[in-house]
Amino acid sequence: MTSTRTAAWQELVTSALLGTDRRPPPTGDLPLLDAAALHTVRRRAGLLPAAAAAPPSPAPDDPRPEPPEPARRRLAQLLADRPGPPGSGGRRGAAPDLTELLPQWLAAALRHGYRAPASQLDALLDAARARTDLRPHALAFAGARGLWLARLNPDWKFALRSTSGGGALPAPTATEAVQGLWEEGLFVERVALLTSVRAHSPAAGIALLATTWTRERAEDRLMFLDSLRTGLTDGDEPFLERALADRSRNVRSTAAELLSALPTSALAGRMADRAMTCVSLDLSVDQVRISVEAPHECDAAMQRDGVSAVPPAGRGERSWWLGQLVEATPLGVWTTRLRGRTPDRIVTLPVADGWAEELHAAWRRAAVRQRDPEWSRALLSGPGTTSLAERSELLAALPDDERARWIAEFIAGHGLSEAFQLLAVCDVPWAEPLGRAVVDALEIARDAGSYPWSFSGVMGLAERCLDPTEAPRLEILTALPDETERASPGAGGYWSEAFQRLVSTLKLRAAMAAELAGELAEELTGEARLAEAMEPTA
Amino acid sequence: MNQQGVLQEVRQAVRWSADQVLALAPDAASRKAGSRLGASSGSWSEAGWSDGSGAVWGLCSGSGGKPYRTVVDTAGVAYKCSCPSRKFPCKHALGLLLLWAAADEAVKDTPTPPEWAGEWIQGRRADRPEDRSAGGPGSGPGKAVDPEAARRRAERRAERVTAGATELEQRLDDLLRRGLAGAEQAGYALWEETAARMVDAQAPGLASRVRELSAIPSSGQGWPVRLLEECAMLHLLDRAWLGRELLPEALATTVRTRVGLPVSAEGPPVRDRWLVLSQQDSADGKLTTRRIWLHGSRSGRTAQLLDFGAAGRAPGVALPVGLTLDADLMPYPGSGQLRAALGERFGPPGRSDGPPEGISTGAALRAYGQALRDDPWLGSWPATLSSVIPVPGAGGSSGWQLADAEGESALPIASDASARTGLWKLTALSGGSPVTVFGECGHRGFTPLTAWTPGTAEAVPLT
Repeated sequence: MTSTRTAAWQELVTSALLGTDRRPPPTGDLPLLDAAALHTVRRRAGLLPAAAAAPPSPAPDDPRPEPPEPARRRLAQLLADRPGPPGSGGRRGAAPDLTELLPQWLAAALRHGYRAPASQLDALLDAARARTDLRPHALAFAGARGLWLARLNPDWKFALRSTSGGGALPAPTATEAVQGLWEEGLFVERVALLTSVRAHSPAAGIALLATTWTRERAEDRLMFLDSLRTGLTDGDEPFLERALADRSRNVRSTAAELLSALPTSALAGRMADRAMTCVSLDLSVDQVRISVEAPHECDAAMQRDGVSAVPPAGRGERSWWLGQLVEATPLGVWTTRLRGRTPDRIVTLPVADGWAEELHAAWRRAAVRQRDPEWSRALLSGPGTTSLAERSELLAALPDDERARWIAEFIAGHGLSEAFQLLAVCDVPWAEPLGRAVVDALEIARDAGSYPWSFSGVMGLAERCLDPTEAPRLEILTALPDETERASPGAGGYWSEAFQRLVSTLKLRAAMAAELAGELAEELTGEARLAEAMEPTA
Repeated sequence: MNQQGVLQEVRQAVRWSADQVLALAPDAASRKAGSRLGASSGSWSEAGWSDGSGAVWGLCSGSGGKPYRTVVDTAGVAYKCSCPSRKFPCKHALGLLLLWAAADEAVKDTPTPPEWAGEWIQGRRADRPEDRSAGGPGSGPGKAVDPEAARRRAERRAERVTAGATELEQRLDDLLRRGLAGAEQAGYALWEETAARMVDAQAPGLASRVRELSAIPSSGQGWPVRLLEECAMLHLLDRAWLGRELLPEALATTVRTRVGLPVSAEGPPVRDRWLVLSQQDSADGKLTTRRIWLHGSRSGRTAQLLDFGAAGRAPGVALPVGLTLDADLMPYPGSGQLRAALGERFGPPGRSDGPPEGISTGAALRAYGQALRDDPWLGSWPATLSSVIPVPGAGGSSGWQLADAEGESALPIASDASARTGLWKLTALSGGSPVTVFGECGHRGFTPLTAWTPGTAEAVPLT
């Protein structure tokens, strides 16, 4: 019956395609369109469900709780605000830039241990696709379900390539599952796995790595080695020593670099011995100074320890070798070598024969690599020109509050024009003295009569980094200043607008923090909400 | 009803979510501008809301000296703003609603609105009974019209439609004699001209069906079958119109509706707690059509509201998905018709208890099949599917299904819906586990519109 009907329908379609003049329909009494209408209604009325395809395996459970309702509403709002077309920047009006607050919201949500609401996962992945800077946090927040979803949509392939702790990793102690994933997982999963196992037990991580080490491709060996940088311990030394004999030059030099960051390692000791023979205290002159005798050759042993023999174009061989030796030498040895002098005294010692620049640069690299606060402090305030990039690297080794204080003083002395790069290494929210220094400097810039967009970079940073408790103090700056003679025309209005945006952004951040902390916004008055949001979470 | 009476009837107002507010935006630019204005209270002053009246108001400083006055009636969902924007709602109304939705402290809970806002709200409350008697855009203004003249006008129009339907029959017959294969080459021009003839014949329903035919030859594999089916259904409509005297009254009304003649809602009002199941907009040229599905929790009825907006204006009616509305609906006549007009509303939207009771995929197709008996031109029929899982097809975003959690049956997801972002939202909500989904089920597949995850009453719009 069905097959006769199907055949009759096929005949109808053929007639209709070719034309009834050429191919009369076989329907007998009924005109073609009548027959087709009958057939169509009959087919539609008799539709049956299709056979179900194999369902996807369910997304892994995410034990984290969802953010509170107000915070979820806020996230929807932040995700709905897509960045404008490029070039539409410049003056930005008085309203906060929501796009800039999304990274902060995500970071805070992760700190609270929330998972992304399922209904926002698609928008979150789209946002992460458009903005690489969002990816790490967005993917961690999206978690296992986000990765599950990304596997189904080719547009979200990036999520599977990116490193993320959000995937469903086996527990570090589940030996069999760990080994299974280590043998068969995607590269990103393996990196995440290695990190997780090492966080639990550094030795177990090294043991895991050793099981497949000789079979890995050179670029993978390099990436795995690089991931040991976090949480490097003395226990890693034997493995790194073996890697010094690796086939790949990049692997060898990375291993050497890691070993030199371990002050008690044998490599660090060997490098120290070499550096000692080059640098000494010269007491034969009126004023005590450091004398330098750079190495005359780069022997096989040095090369095995990671010293690169061929200098880049334009640099002398001997100073190139010297720099590498000093850089890899534990900083602690210099106090002994230079007769008990502390780092701040060492960096002020004169250096003979024009070696000062070379020596100080090598110490700076060593201080950054070994994250030595005492040496960083000494080099920051010592003599010699230091670029902003080097300064921000050295600052990174200082404790948070000291770093903030240092930059605050720098801004007070030098103004804002050079501060941008330094501000980027500060903890958010900015400590009070730093925030005050930035706001004071902005106010000075306004009073000097220039336009605010010369400071839009710092202004943008302030919106994101200033402590929200500063908002009430800033209200006064939103007032329209009197136009002075030296001021650029209309500048006062733009400054007022810029400060308005700063204040409303700070209030918004306070509200975001309160919402994420689960405080009911309705129950709190404005001031109380601000105050509560500022409470350090005990 | 006096002002006091209205206020007493209004229940506790519920704040909307940011999603619900943003769904009201007429376009992406308004959405973005509104988000910014609603992100912080910086631009706002004297903002407030009153639970009783359902009003939200505020002053928004713009670039000029005088701030704009913005008022929103959340009970009736209407906006008023003194800004010159022709968009509707404007960014100020959206921003104000977002601020209110986020419970920003700048929007203060105030028992009485300021004079400028209160006057407008009161005016709206006073207008409402007239709204109800007005019926709809299709009905005439009542007393002023001479019934005899109206009858003659209707007769003349019917004659023109008859001429149009006869001409269309002739054209379909010619097409079939020469063969559909020729339609592929003829392209849009052939159909455009025919559609224009139907517009002249004052049969907009026929015109839009003709226009839909024009897209079929380029719609990919199997187009001849689809074109034949739609030509046949168009032919059936012509024939039904030409023979409408012989049809039962209800079916004849349906045919008049399908052809595009104005029909007004005249059924007795049905008061219920109506759950807003979905709201979706579709743009056709300069006209935006908004379709809202409602489900009465007491009557179990499903109804559809239609509203239209021209040239950059969002349609006037906007109902937040997932909330419940205590209101009268007036059904439109005709067999198999779910359309209704919104009558009196008894207070602002309130919370709902979750989705209506759902059915299986097979039952949804059966319901569609049965509905075709009353209106054979139906493309789809509303259905709430309980416990279904979105299942990907072999090739990327095409070929998705909604499969019953137990058993082997599945509905294909309509391909135009697969391309939309709603599919990914639905899949994320499901995570491979069963969800409840409301949507439209028809011969093109299932179009998901709203989803609920187990154990929550929160409706997630997929449109």
